[in-house]
Amino acid sequence: MLSEITFLIVFPALVAIAIYLCPKDTLRHWLVIIAAAVIGVVSVACAVGVFKNNSFYFPAQTIWADKLIFALEALLSLYLIREGIKHKRPLVVGLVLVQIITMTFLEFFSGHPIEVQNNLFIDKFSAIMALIIGIIGTLICVFSIGYMKDFQHHHADQPDRRPLFFFLLFAFLSGMFGIVFANNLVWLFFFWEVTTACSFLLIGYTKDPEATRNAFRALEVNLIGGLGFVIALCILTYCIGTIEMDKLFAISKIAALVPVALMSIAGLTKAAQLPFCDWLLGAMVAPTPVSALLHSSTMVKAGVYLVLRFSSILQSTSVGLVIALIGATTFLITSLIAITENNAKRVLAYSTIANLGLVILCAGIGTQQAVWAGILLIIFHAVAKGLLFLCVGTVEHRKHSREIEMMEGLITSMPTIATFMLIGMAGMFLAPFGMLISKWAVLKALVDVCPLLAVLVAFGGAANLFFWVKWMGKLLLAVNPPTGEEKDVSREEFFSLGALAVLTIVVCALFPWISTYYIEPYLYVFYGHMINISGGNITIMFIMLGLILLFPLMSINYDRNTKRVAPYLSGINTDTPGTFKDSLGNSRPYAMRNYMMEEFFAEKKLYPWGIGISLLLLIILVVLLFI
Amino acid sequence: MNTPLIILSYLILAPVTGGLLTGLDRIITARMQSRIGPPILQPFYDVGKLFSKENLVVRKAQNLFIIFHLLFLILTGALFFCGGDLLLVVFAFALAGVFFILGGYRTSSPFAYVGAERELIQMMAYEPMLIITAIGMYMTTHSFNVLDIMSSGKPLLLQLPGVFIGFLFILPIKMRKSPFDLSMSHHAHQELVKGITTEFSGPTLALIEIAHWFELILILGIILLFFPNNIWLGLAVECAVFFLVVLTDNTFARLRWQTLLKAAWIATFVCGMGNILVLSFLK
Repeated sequence: MLSEITFLIVFPALVAIAIYLCPKDTLRHWLVIIAAAVIGVVSVACAVGVFKNNSFYFPAQTIWADKLIFALEALLSLYLIREGIKHKRPLVVGLVLVQIITMTFLEFFSGHPIEVQNNLFIDKFSAIMALIIGIIGTLICVFSIGYMKDFQHHHADQPDRRPLFFFLLFAFLSGMFGIVFANNLVWLFFFWEVTTACSFLLIGYTKDPEATRNAFRALEVNLIGGLGFVIALCILTYCIGTIEMDKLFAISKIAALVPVALMSIAGLTKAAQLPFCDWLLGAMVAPTPVSALLHSSTMVKAGVYLVLRFSSILQSTSVGLVIALIGATTFLITSLIAITENNAKRVLAYSTIANLGLVILCAGIGTQQAVWAGILLIIFHAVAKGLLFLCVGTVEHRKHSREIEMMEGLITSMPTIATFMLIGMAGMFLAPFGMLISKWAVLKALVDVCPLLAVLVAFGGAANLFFWVKWMGKLLLAVNPPTGEEKDVSREEFFSLGALAVLTIVVCALFPWISTYYIEPYLYVFYGHMINISGGNITIMFIMLGLILLFPLMSINYDRNTKRVAPYLSGINTDTPGTFKDSLGNSRPYAMRNYMMEEFFAEKKLYPWGIGISLLLLIILVVLLFI
Repeated sequence: MNTPLIILSYLILAPVTGGLLTGLDRIITARMQSRIGPPILQPFYDVGKLFSKENLVVRKAQNLFIIFHLLFLILTGALFFCGGDLLLVVFAFALAGVFFILGGYRTSSPFAYVGAERELIQMMAYEPMLIITAIGMYMTTHSFNVLDIMSSGKPLLLQLPGVFIGFLFILPIKMRKSPFDLSMSHHAHQELVKGITTEFSGPTLALIEIAHWFELILILGIILLFFPNNIWLGLAVECAVFFLVVLTDNTFARLRWQTLLKAAWIATFVCGMGNILVLSFLK
């Protein structure tokens, strides 16, 4: 198992370098495809490896590994400091300096060096995360091949920096694998910073002023979170005397709580929770595969992964409750704001933040059922959100717009892409698909602990329903005749989209199995009893899933015994679609637009509230730590 | 009783009762307006006639959505009356509703579009209250199972008065009654063409009508859940509620969607959440 894990961490990094040095486009593309396939296969092998045994811990004790990681970290810091100075960002420089100085101190001058028994590990939760990264992450890389060709075509005036782009994608994957497999928290912190730096560079990829500004914002927020992590490491080193994750669960809950809470704050920044969610919205300026990667399989998932890892420590503590409240507030407020957004990527971004809020809520509650729901949420969200972002990116390149209103009639102009999108959206909120299964589990977990939070989730869920259905409706509504715009979508893009669409459905069908063989055994270690999900309900879910799958089958030949007529328009229909003749005989256009509900849920109104409430909660959290 | 038998009797009884209630509604409404009104079987005659009509469509796929709407409503009802999980019932109910709305969108007609959007707003307005109802039931009986709730024998109404009032508040939305009949109404006098159903005709319109009967029975079933101790009392209250809703329907005009959303959410928040809050303090 050790070889597989090391492979997953090192191989993407090596591939990244190879890609960066690769001179030819075609060769690079093949390299991406082959590397993606290899990473996918090995991550599956990892998951199979932990099928029987719950977890493996590996010493992986080599002096050079520690030294190498420290050297790389120092290099990374130097690079960030250089960037900070170049763009006159004192905050970035300051934060990085504080971090690297502290880390150096911990590494060399901490007096009594801490013996680390196991540096790496894999358990069933790690394996699930590895599958998400190894399959969804690599599918996004494959998608990028076709997408970035178009992107370069659209931005012909800029130098071709695609080697850097793919370098960053694979370095990102390497960092993510490191995060989920690290047991040594100092190592984990290094990989944490790798993902921060990669996301910084990816967001700023286009190099225009807005991209640079947003990239720095992302960097600053994540460095602030990183600072929390560094403080946690200091406390672990000096007060607790261990920097291993598994040892944290063994020591008393009260002692572990402070560092865990600090790391959770780092998790909150990375998971883009209120009040830190600004950076993820700004990240929209990057090419769409970057958004897909940040939102589905990497970055934000690293944040929720960390908090969810420690949830058994957070369980029934006031710190946990405050974190849960931050998650609940984020879920409710960002769901409501998403209603008023017309920019497809922003809607997706707000929905990501909302759903991560739900995961954080679960982690903060920390009961077995809540964590179970949280892990399911991560899985389902990764698949569906990856699919949706890639679809929006594909549509954007053809329609030259990110607006949802411009997607009218997509079902006729780009039928395959529209169908994929509908599947993704159904996966996000509709019974019996994944996210709803998890939301259901969240509600069940909450009613026992804190029914009031369940009420907040109910309101947020209703808002989710509204903005997803109105978007679905927009796709289905077709006034103009078909145009056939999806002919030039590349094979790689279609492959990734198709694979993710199939995965969205397959994961739903497999979820009882994933739950029984992976999630429940993982939870058993911490909680000591099995969860019981009623078999009857799963049967009903399957009946519903089966019924829904009938839908596309039946729609193949559904025009018997019907007669097509023009819609009623309170006037005379004309031959041109989208117009009618009024009572004076003038030809007039008609159009249909969505309700945006600006008067209720405008971003300007709700966002400050969200920031205010969450800041207050954060202050309470910090105060709790001092007491 | 075994499950297949329940499902079978549900499949027969629900539309019959639903249709009869609709007929009764029309008679009561007529009497309130000093008319005699149609015979009680009129809804069945209407549906029968609709089935003999030509099926006109604007977009080919539109009718398929309605078939699935009906299918999932029946499933939801069957799940409920077989004593299934109440949360799952609420979610399946939402799925059925979403199919109806998407069908409205698919017709691609401006009037149906406005209707579909309004239907969606209504759904957002009532959805939290349905979930809160389920949560309230759970807090008092420690189960989401309809069967367990009904066999608990507790006077739930006494513990959940706020939830009950909140539920009554959203009732006109689900029953498509004024003042909350924004997306489509049975009364021509306050309708914008025919709302979401504008472009549905003939047999498909008949299916929508039948689906509404199933829906009606399901909602009345949920009201009955508040009275596990005494079903007869529950039925009596149900009659009173039914009359009340018809009365409001005839005395109120339609409200704007803004008012609907605000009112429904405030009612949910104050009555529903207030009740939950009190319950969790008492626990």
